[in-house]
Amino acid sequence: MNAPAAAVRAGAPRTVLEITVHNHPGVMVHVCSLFSRRAYNVEGILCMPIGDGTLSRIWLLVNEDRRLEQLEKQLRKLEDVRAVQRHGATHEVFVRLEEFFR
Amino acid sequence: MRITGAQLTVRLLERHGIRCVAGIPGGAILPIYDALSQSRAIRHVLARHEQGAGFIAHGMARATGRPAVCLASSGPGVTNLVTAVADAKLDSIPLIAITGQVPRALIGTDAFQEVDAYGLGISITKHNYLVGSARELLEVIPRAFEIAAEGRPGPVWIDIPKDVQNEAIEIDELPWPAARQQEATPLDEAALDAAAALINAAERPVLYLGGGVIHSLGAAALARRLAETASIPTTMTLMALGAIPADHPLSLGMLGMHGARYTNLTMEECDLLVAVGARFDDRATGKAAEFCPRAKIIHIDIDPSELSKIKQADVAIAADVGRALAALLPRIQRQPRSAWRARVVALKQEFPLAMPGADDPRTHYGIIRAVASCLDESAIITTDVGQHQMWAAQAYPVSRPRQWLTSGGLGTMGFGLPAAIGAALAEPERTVVCFTGDGSLLMNIQELATAADEELNVKVVVLDNNSLGLVHQQQELFYGKRFFASCYRAPTDFVAVARGFGVAALDLDRVADPLAALEEALAAPGPCLVRVSIAVHEKVFPMVAPGAANREMIGGLL
Repeated sequence: MNAPAAAVRAGAPRTVLEITVHNHPGVMVHVCSLFSRRAYNVEGILCMPIGDGTLSRIWLLVNEDRRLEQLEKQLRKLEDVRAVQRHGATHEVFVRLEEFFR
Repeated sequence: MRITGAQLTVRLLERHGIRCVAGIPGGAILPIYDALSQSRAIRHVLARHEQGAGFIAHGMARATGRPAVCLASSGPGVTNLVTAVADAKLDSIPLIAITGQVPRALIGTDAFQEVDAYGLGISITKHNYLVGSARELLEVIPRAFEIAAEGRPGPVWIDIPKDVQNEAIEIDELPWPAARQQEATPLDEAALDAAAALINAAERPVLYLGGGVIHSLGAAALARRLAETASIPTTMTLMALGAIPADHPLSLGMLGMHGARYTNLTMEECDLLVAVGARFDDRATGKAAEFCPRAKIIHIDIDPSELSKIKQADVAIAADVGRALAALLPRIQRQPRSAWRARVVALKQEFPLAMPGADDPRTHYGIIRAVASCLDESAIITTDVGQHQMWAAQAYPVSRPRQWLTSGGLGTMGFGLPAAIGAALAEPERTVVCFTGDGSLLMNIQELATAADEELNVKVVVLDNNSLGLVHQQQELFYGKRFFASCYRAPTDFVAVARGFGVAALDLDRVADPLAALEEALAAPGPCLVRVSIAVHEKVFPMVAPGAANREMIGGLL
């Protein structure tokens, strides 16, 4: 279970997903279980409330995979997901965090 | 007005048109049951197992197309419901499960009969809730009905802690159900034009209908018009049987693992596959890479995540299939397509569905045909899962949408009897027949007591080979005849068991005139069980081995 960091450093192509969700307990599980049930590892997760706190933003760092398009479609189907955006691996949100994971 | 969470729940169910619920009470849901006892609008049907209650709700929802509700208590009530909820997810059934939960203060303490219903529900529901306050119910319940029914239907699970049920709040008025929103997104006109161009130009098209054609109101009639206008041979998945009548000249029957030879051979030759409300399930496609190898694909589905999931579509349309078909029809040229239709007729003559013994009510195909001969198209047919299910799918002349209720995606043994009870509750004027096997029936046989309680017009027809027939068949064909754990040693006396539940019963093996006895049993009001023995060596043919291409069919030759 602890191999993913190595996979990331091995330079597998990565993608950053920006997901806007309703802010309540359980949303993270709904989102993450879409990945886990497909044995699709999530390399990095960030989540914070935005605005007045009724919404949250989840940032996911995932490996590029041909299943990603299907996962994006499945994410959009979730009742608590308002928006999904895909960014390149170089998006600064995780790059800036790297110093906390040394 | 002052109202408790429990009363609010019941009043909101009433306001959403719920007139019958199935369930089993227990400690954590007793406030809701107490409120339910005061309802004059809602009839409660007491099941004998929560899974039975779940599938009774399936029967109501599948027979009518409207959301149906089941109730259970916390803990084992919750875990017993899991299978029925998962079944609703895979077959896109608008099921609303309401369960009691331990009081909020005890959640997470391993309290008596506490399980994480919310966590269990996540991957098997369209959406689920753990309700945090009585006031939340004002939003959660109306929204649950919307989610269950809108778009691609599916199950919604609402877990309500006992103290939330008891919490009294002040409200001005009960919310009314939200008016169904019109689909805002306009249809993709360019894609419709492209689809029409492909259909008009195709020489050997096949229409491939899935359960979405049943779910979308009016879509089956439009699909039939498309088939007739453009002379397109039409196959149906297990979930779509009845979309066009089995005896329609353009019907190819069911495709896939147990489809007729001519059906799968027709798919092999087609140059255009028009998939409507179908999801390219592996039981239908066989080895997906070799499914319809010569065909371009048009794929229409309300769920965008189904488009090109298994097979890349040349034209993909994300829309309600009824709406898409209505927009497509004016663009379709009327044509006879004589050469292709003649080819399909020739294939059907050379490779028809072989139904040995179909004239003898004491054979596997014969009992299905005999039941059909006693009934008209107003009857509802449910099945369990296994050989009897496939024989019924092949041989029963299903002729209208929602006549055929079966567990397709999850393939749940034990579905048939409670689903038949639900169908009979929803449509009491109809005769409901449940085709089952001995293995399947034993998985929810306790619901015979519910059928007797409610005096429902449910006829259980048991094809009894005292074995798990489809497992036995696979062991014979694919595991070197090493039969293991597929035959029961002690035969069950189903006639005696049924009578023990207060249900009339008939053994077709022991009567002089089986057809007359069957006719009499089906015509008598109230529940009954009809048992007929089937030889364990009988097989469902043709058969495509799991993972093989559909052209590689075993058996079923005349």
